Amino acid sequence: MDALVLHRIQFAFTVSFHYLFPQLTMGLALLIVVLKTLALKKNDEVYHDSARFWARIFGVNFLIGVVTGIPMEFQFGTNWSQFSRVAGGVIGQPLAMEGMFSFFLESAFLGLFLFGEKRLSKWGHWWAAFLVFAGSWLSGFFIIVTDAWMQHPVAYTLSPDGHFELTSFFGLLLNPWALLQYAHNMSGAVVTAAFVMAATGAFYLLEDRFVEYGRVFLRVGVTAGLIFTVLQIFPTGDLQGKYVAKHQPASMAGMEGLFKSEVGAPIVLMGQPNVATQTIDNPIAVNGVLSFLIYGTTRDEVKGLDQFPKENWPTNIPLLYYCYHIMAGLGTWFVLLMTVSAVLLWRGRLFNTTWALWPLMLSFPLPYIANIAGWVTAEIGRQPWLVYGLLRTENGSSKYVSAGNTLFTLLGFMGLYAVLSVLFILLVYREIDKGPKPGPEVESGTLVSAA
Amino acid sequence: MGAIWFWIVAAMLATYVVFDGFDIGAGIIYLLVARSDEDRQMILRSIGPVWDGNEVWLLAGGGTLYFAFPLLYASAFSGFYLPLMIVLWLLVLRALGIELRTHIDMRVWRGFFDACFAVASILLAIFYGAALANVIRGVPLGEDGFFFLPLWTDWLVGPNPGILDWYTVIGGVVALVALTVHGSLYVALKTEGGLHERAVRLARGLWPVLVAITMVSLVATAVARPSTLENYMRYPVAFAIPAVVIASLAGLIWFCRGEQLKTAFLCSCAYLVFMMVGAAAGVYPTLLASSTDPARDITIARALSGQYALSVGLIWWTLGTVIAIGYFVFVYRMFAGKVSTTPGHGH
Repeated sequence: MDALVLHRIQFAFTVSFHYLFPQLTMGLALLIVVLKTLALKKNDEVYHDSARFWARIFGVNFLIGVVTGIPMEFQFGTNWSQFSRVAGGVIGQPLAMEGMFSFFLESAFLGLFLFGEKRLSKWGHWWAAFLVFAGSWLSGFFIIVTDAWMQHPVAYTLSPDGHFELTSFFGLLLNPWALLQYAHNMSGAVVTAAFVMAATGAFYLLEDRFVEYGRVFLRVGVTAGLIFTVLQIFPTGDLQGKYVAKHQPASMAGMEGLFKSEVGAPIVLMGQPNVATQTIDNPIAVNGVLSFLIYGTTRDEVKGLDQFPKENWPTNIPLLYYCYHIMAGLGTWFVLLMTVSAVLLWRGRLFNTTWALWPLMLSFPLPYIANIAGWVTAEIGRQPWLVYGLLRTENGSSKYVSAGNTLFTLLGFMGLYAVLSVLFILLVYREIDKGPKPGPEVESGTLVSAA
Repeated sequence: MGAIWFWIVAAMLATYVVFDGFDIGAGIIYLLVARSDEDRQMILRSIGPVWDGNEVWLLAGGGTLYFAFPLLYASAFSGFYLPLMIVLWLLVLRALGIELRTHIDMRVWRGFFDACFAVASILLAIFYGAALANVIRGVPLGEDGFFFLPLWTDWLVGPNPGILDWYTVIGGVVALVALTVHGSLYVALKTEGGLHERAVRLARGLWPVLVAITMVSLVATAVARPSTLENYMRYPVAFAIPAVVIASLAGLIWFCRGEQLKTAFLCSCAYLVFMMVGAAAGVYPTLLASSTDPARDITIARALSGQYALSVGLIWWTLGTVIAIGYFVFVYRMFAGKVSTTPGHGH
């Protein structure tokens, strides 16, 4: 296999695996702050214990997130050295700022948040939770700024020796693409956390264990779930879609499987793109909707792939199309499920409605799939560019790192991450099985530390 | 501007070595001095609240290096591809070892993670030392500023060296011994009883080895890359750096014998800092030397980012550093003093 493909697979694999964890911790950090606020306002031990339970789940997720995150920063240099060389002066900035402004913050307060409740006052501990939340969301912001610059480069000039140089600090940080992507991404993270919390609540009710906690989890999970599944589509997803259509029209055409430009372009709900014939096999389509979604009228023309030279087409159109449709399809299911659950919650019937608890429990893996599929859509859609319109992916990898070396390290990561997965599932299962109920002091303080 | 960022990055990496150095050192001596489960928990509790903050200096320093000297980051990280990947895996295993051992109360579970922590710490120290030695010695840079090094070739410091040769092996041993002493002093400082005694004894016992290997490394550096002496010849005041290294070694044993462990530990910090400063002063203004042709050296001027980015960077870097120091003071005060022997209190 060719080295470039292996560099791409390794980065894609390590970053996708990594992002299974921060998407939960970023969302959960917010929900834990909510739980702690409610606990203090209501002075209710059930909420306090709930916050402690989710802090334990958070701890395990955070650990795996940290250890799988470190390789990401390194891989810019190890696997994408030509890219780093020309773009490091710009994207090194947010990456360095992430270390200075969010990793130090998180590492200082995580230990106090996870194990310092007895050392701190009630509100002191609330602040520790809040600062961990702030640190993790700040970290997300700097990463999104980095990716957004690759998607939509701004605030740069090309120096005579071929490097990108930054021209405006705030131009980079306030890249409109970054702001839209950040809103969409963080909302997606809260959706994951809300589903995981609601699913755990549903599990406890269906099992008839820790019932009062299960109800709290459902109440908070479904409420947050309804708010953020809606925000996920409107306005964040809608705005980002329009921005992609405007600035990356070829990506949008690939996402929608639109091979030919059309006035009143239809939206394809189902069907398979066939690159050979440049048609959609067995499509189920609704006329005019795509034009409407992008331009607000059903009569505008949407650019198809035929408007672009073939070498600038996204390199894997079927994957792009499927990921985008999976993301959008799941997003619709999320709104549906959360709306029904919220209505039942409001009517006071959710806790006894088995037919709603089952799908709530079983749906928790779906936001993970949707979040990863969304990221694949963004990154595959950007192809063949590494920096959109400026640097092609094939010119970004490390040319002296051979295919054999990359395959070896890819397999190494796969093996190591398989071990991490097993450990993770074991530890999270134990926490859920043990439940949020405070037992006799179990090994307190022997949990060693922070991250 | 280039000089400022050179010393900023050097200072961040030195901070990393001093801070993460003591928890890596604690890992190196972990199986040696901590025999019982209580002892092991004491060591882990002594580094528990701080180790991940210490490791952030590596990430922040790496990020700063990336931003200020993109060519160096790109060239060095891809050229040292395999050893860096191994370092990454070791960092993962070490973190698991520290954090997961107490999650399940099973001897085999704890033993497994104890081994992860100790072995990964030992190997990391060796890798870091060898990495620094590689940078000092130089690598066969191509005209484009890139290279790829095999793990070893003929073990000689020639135009086509491997990652391991006689010189970089010495570098690895220096780091291993220095961090062992550093970690022993830290553990001694934070604990009481038999564990404390054994840690002090280990630091004292290793001291002659540390002195010997330090001297060997200084001579070896002058042999492996004679040009490192040029800056020293030009500015003889720089010889104060090795003088401080020797003084801190003397202070280390003096205060260790006098049971003034805090001062001994500070001497160990000074030793590590000035070893790094001495190396930086030797290579300046080269960041990564070419082993074949000095014209291909990656120098500060060649690798430096744009002026605007660096000026803005200076502002947020200063702000970020002040805040980070604030966190460190806060956390280290919170967990000051010796860790208690009973779980559930200390940390």
